[in-house]
Amino acid sequence: MANIISDETIEYVGILAKLELSDEEKEQAKTDMGRMLDYIDKLGELDTSQVEPMSHVFPVQNVFRKDVVTNGDEREQLLSNAPQEKDGMFVVPKTFD
Amino acid sequence: MSKQYETVIGLEVHVELATKTKIFCGCSTAFGAAPNTQTCPVCTGMPGSLPVLNKQVLEYAIAVGLATNCDITRYAKFDRKNYFYPDNPQNYQISQLYLPICRNGGVEIETAEGGKKTVGIHEIHMEEDAGKLIHDEWEDCSLVDYNRSGVPLIEIVSEPDMRSAEEVIAYLEKLRLVIQYLGASDCKLQEGSMRADVNLSVREAGAEAFGTRTEMKNLNSFKAITRAIAGETERQIDLLEAGESVVQETRRWDDTKGESYAMRSKEDAQDYRYFPDPDLVPIAVSEEMLAQIRERQPEFRTEKMKRYREEFAIPDYNIEIITGEKPLADFFEATVALGSQPKKVSNWLMGETLRLMKEREVDATDLCFSPENLAKLIALTDKKVINGSVAKEVFEVMFEKDVDPEQYVEEKGLKTVNDEGALKKTIEEVIAANPQSVEDYRNGKEKAIGFLVGQTMKLMKGKADPGTVNQILKELL
Repeated sequence: MANIISDETIEYVGILAKLELSDEEKEQAKTDMGRMLDYIDKLGELDTSQVEPMSHVFPVQNVFRKDVVTNGDEREQLLSNAPQEKDGMFVVPKTFD
Repeated sequence: MSKQYETVIGLEVHVELATKTKIFCGCSTAFGAAPNTQTCPVCTGMPGSLPVLNKQVLEYAIAVGLATNCDITRYAKFDRKNYFYPDNPQNYQISQLYLPICRNGGVEIETAEGGKKTVGIHEIHMEEDAGKLIHDEWEDCSLVDYNRSGVPLIEIVSEPDMRSAEEVIAYLEKLRLVIQYLGASDCKLQEGSMRADVNLSVREAGAEAFGTRTEMKNLNSFKAITRAIAGETERQIDLLEAGESVVQETRRWDDTKGESYAMRSKEDAQDYRYFPDPDLVPIAVSEEMLAQIRERQPEFRTEKMKRYREEFAIPDYNIEIITGEKPLADFFEATVALGSQPKKVSNWLMGETLRLMKEREVDATDLCFSPENLAKLIALTDKKVINGSVAKEVFEVMFEKDVDPEQYVEEKGLKTVNDEGALKKTIEEVIAANPQSVEDYRNGKEKAIGFLVGQTMKLMKGKADPGTVNQILKELL
């Protein structure tokens, strides 16, 4: 494995992803991530200087909708997924801007 | 302070677009609905849902770009900006980083010294708004309403070209008018349909390099922006003077306290890990589409002001005020088109309309009376069916609930009495009852007649033409 992931990196990625990893999981993640980067490096060996960067995997563009209301009130269904609701809203831990 | 400092300001302006539906789904954007009643799997981030771009959003964004002299990106796409926050149900915001729809523009503003300068626009991109967090006062929790989630926004990012609060206000006013004239948004700072974040740094006068900047949020009026700029400039200069350095951070302005505080520090600075959104296909802007949008561009304020000066004999100040709010200009033109004299329409707008708007805190966008009814009111005074003070009275009712003035005048019996006999009789009574004033007038006190006119108007319950009363009085005396 050419890419070695440091403890700091895995710690930081964990914070970004809001994941708490055990020491064992951290080691596993470090190995997995290193392998992924090795794979990317492999792709980097190809000469792509003459290739247009791809923005999408399908050769499709300009898919639009008209500015017309098509949806109604689906609140009941939506809130049936909520672990907790109050006054028609989702209850979440106290959050400040 | 021994050194001279210069303030350097750039703005990030978010504008909520006036579409009927959200940017990526067919949910209504109407304001004021019960929480979460305008939501669907797309705008609440349900797995497996597929966003599809509202074409009107693209057209508005391009129209704003063209009006602000931007280059339109002919091949644009959307990216995901990743962050966790309860108002963001997908855990990413769909935005544009790599290929924003407009780039390299600018608008001209007038500076305090009376000169002109261009404020550059770095880019304009399309993105979705987040939901609304409501803090529960009774329990230790927050509540989320996703009605606003997915409402279309454009973010206009300026270059750091502004040097004072006055320039910032002039730039915002310019943007507001351009966007309002396009009908792309009503741009109300107080209601949040236009939001400005201020990026500010200070440097020693004459220095080349920029200082470290801070970003200030929560500015919802021009006054708050002005105060925040003054406050932040002073805070940064104080730091530098004390030999300390400015920390790059996001600060929240508290307008009641008149101070800002750090929201996020550098240590937990956001790392958004942008990447192309695979759910949305790229946008190719054709020559034809651009031509169509160009074709539809309205007459903007500067052109309108020029035309008003040429077409209507009304004072320049009135032109400035009337064209300063698109709804007022539309209203003015519609009433004039109905045959009313421009000068009179302008006077009604500048006088009573502005007075009542201010007194009752009504925005130009929320005026309820119709051009037809104002034209009728003007015709009623022109034909002397009612006098000026009755007209003002009727206008107040119109302003409130758009009544038909002809009908209202008829129903309330407000017509001026043109029966000379009846008028003469009343005037004779007034003369008989006020011998002192009559004597004063006859002794050369011209002003005494005013009192007699007033007394007559009172007896006539306001329904007489003061000019006619004056004339008859003079004849009788």
